[in-house]
Amino acid sequence: MRDLVESLVSQLRTIWSILLHTFTKAETVQYPEEKPYLAPRYRGRIVLTQDPDGDERCVACNLCAAACPPDCISLQQGTREEDGRWYPEFFRINFSRCIMCGLCEEACPTNAIQLIPDFEMCEYERESMVYEKEHLMIDGPGKYHDYNFYRVAGMEIKGKKKGQAENEAEPIDIRSLLP
Amino acid sequence: MSDFWIIVFAISVMLGAVGGAAVATWFERRLLGLWQDRYGPNRIGPFGIGQVAADMIKLLTKHDWVPPFADKWVFIFAPTAIVVAMLLGFAVVPFGPGLQIIDLNIGLLFFLGMTSLAVYSVLLGGLASNNKYALLGGLRSAAQMVSYEVFMGLSLMGVVMLSGSFSMVDIVESQRDGWYCFSQFLGLFVFVIAAIAESHRLPFDLPEAEHELTAGFHTEYSGMKFAMFMLGEYLGLILISCMITTLFFGGWLAPFSLTFIPAIVWFSLKTFLVICFFILLRCAIPRPRYDQLMSLGWKIMLPITLINLVITGAVALWIAGA
Repeated sequence: MRDLVESLVSQLRTIWSILLHTFTKAETVQYPEEKPYLAPRYRGRIVLTQDPDGDERCVACNLCAAACPPDCISLQQGTREEDGRWYPEFFRINFSRCIMCGLCEEACPTNAIQLIPDFEMCEYERESMVYEKEHLMIDGPGKYHDYNFYRVAGMEIKGKKKGQAENEAEPIDIRSLLP
Repeated sequence: MSDFWIIVFAISVMLGAVGGAAVATWFERRLLGLWQDRYGPNRIGPFGIGQVAADMIKLLTKHDWVPPFADKWVFIFAPTAIVVAMLLGFAVVPFGPGLQIIDLNIGLLFFLGMTSLAVYSVLLGGLASNNKYALLGGLRSAAQMVSYEVFMGLSLMGVVMLSGSFSMVDIVESQRDGWYCFSQFLGLFVFVIAAIAESHRLPFDLPEAEHELTAGFHTEYSGMKFAMFMLGEYLGLILISCMITTLFFGGWLAPFSLTFIPAIVWFSLKTFLVICFFILLRCAIPRPRYDQLMSLGWKIMLPITLINLVITGAVALWIAGA
């Protein structure tokens, strides 16, 4: 009997507290009219960035493609004739597979691939979700304003011999190491 | 009223009830949204009222499919039964003084009979679908409705004793001295619970129980047949609310002698509030387990009804003797 009364009172209290919700404000964000705040480091659409000199950062090392859990990145490495820099001949991301995990961004040694706070990528055709390099490339350095891979790395390119990069010692001349 | 006007009135009641049921689907979702701190459908038209039309178009244009393994004719008949039964129930509802399709001297029994017929719809729908979930839903609904019908009828006998009539008009008129929601409080309590179980709405929607039985008796239904089940459910909601208003809240009678407001407005307002209360119950209370439902019915509700009946009878006799 006591249980019965207690459960009845509990039910009535539930009904009353739900009724009080008449006066609380709805939690809904009216999405298309009212955009939610997205943090600068939000993981959304993927872009390819350029170094401060306006050259593409990607060196086609394939680490992003290797890290990608759903295998949505594919690219082909090529060497530029005029200056010896590596670059992707094509760079393709299939966004219908991408899970926005950001592992490609973490794997990237040159800060080329970055995720930006944009998730509005609806398309009517699945093919439109496949982004090529010209769709991915943006005209700026993204989150890292000063970083230029070739200026800090030991790779030899035209106009920069080995040992001329920032914080890089001259290569040891093995012929001078005589006893 | 002449025969012609009765026919006009009957058709307008039917259209009003069906239209009301359609709007009730939208209204319920909005109200559930309000109480669950969200908005509910608010995109189409002002306050999202166009959702009714959108749902209608969707249901009408959907493939109206009869499964090859189903018992075809019973399968088609089942959804119509609930709508017809519920619409017939509206025949005895007094919307105002004289505003009634027919004033049967057994109006209350007619109403109980019509709501009982609705069980056939659910039962046959579950049986004809030839599907395990549907059959389980049908079985549950049969057991639930049969057991809750027992004291659904009995809980109203107190009202009948006090008013001395089965006629709806007499019951309303006899509430001029005081509504039966006070003197028949236990009757109201039991009737509300039995009515929810009878119209299998949410706290007692075990026949459909999405989480256990996918959709229960209407698992195999789609398109317009599914819409008929839904229509029947919402017609049942409105009918039961009308009945609670009539039997316990004085029907069209105005409270505090506010008679300058028309009777039909009072009736609609009271019915509306009862519908809101049903939606609140749906919003607040979780579905009981099946054995809990049965033991609640037989071990608690039935004794309460019988006690109410005995006390009401004794008091009525005592007043009559004094």
